[in-house]
Amino acid sequence: MNIGIEHYLVLSAILFVVGAYGVIVRKNLIIVLMSLELMLNASNLAFVAFSNALGDMTGHVFMIMSITVAAAEVAVGLALLVSIYSHRESLDIDILKLLKG
Amino acid sequence: METVVFYVFAALALAGGLMVITFKNPVSSALSLVLTLFSTAVLFVLLLADFVAVIQILVYAGAIMVLFLFTVMFLNLKPDALKFESKNLGFKVSILLVILAFEGYFASLGFKKGLIMSSPGASEIEGFGSVQGVGMSLFTDYLLPFELTSILILVAIIGVVIIAKKRAN
Repeated sequence: MNIGIEHYLVLSAILFVVGAYGVIVRKNLIIVLMSLELMLNASNLAFVAFSNALGDMTGHVFMIMSITVAAAEVAVGLALLVSIYSHRESLDIDILKLLKG
Repeated sequence: METVVFYVFAALALAGGLMVITFKNPVSSALSLVLTLFSTAVLFVLLLADFVAVIQILVYAGAIMVLFLFTVMFLNLKPDALKFESKNLGFKVSILLVILAFEGYFASLGFKKGLIMSSPGASEIEGFGSVQGVGMSLFTDYLLPFELTSILILVAIIGVVIIAKKRAN
């Protein structure tokens, strides 16, 4: 049996959904950030799979951009997380309600 | 051979992903995420994307995960800082997300049917996914976005320094 692009797309969709579940349901801020990484990684897999199927390397370039954005996002996110923890002594996402309107 | 490698590493990636969202301890979650990222890198090699696979291991599984682990250990979490119950919305959310997964899958299949029929396979292109091929694409067609990325990183660095500085005061 040959492995086609469909297999990679299914895996990518499942990984994305697992990541989205983590972002929505988990209350720990660190694990929410990690689930975000999981979603980005799933979309990278779809990029590379399409790149392979189309015979075009643009997907690889996009994936490198996406890694850069992920790195910047993690740096800022973790800095915010450290700041939040030093103020509140907790990483529960539900304590961040100061802007509740 | 390719089939076996795909299924083994797809299963590992999926298991790692599930462990990320189920473990209570952030360190275990981070190490599971490394498993997922590494398995995805193997799948990139199967997709003839060698350079991108190396980048994935060096930058993602290396640098970003070290940043995560460093933060977790730097915070020195007390055990009760992790004791909070998640509300009981998991079931509803998982139904919605399964629907989302099917939608995404069928949408990408439709996209595939329109585009792929006439395109050459990646294995027929010389140097597909090599450093040279990706570099040529990155420094000719996508030069401006590539340069703009450096501005993004600069902004992120300045932002992180400012956030950290405010904390010291």
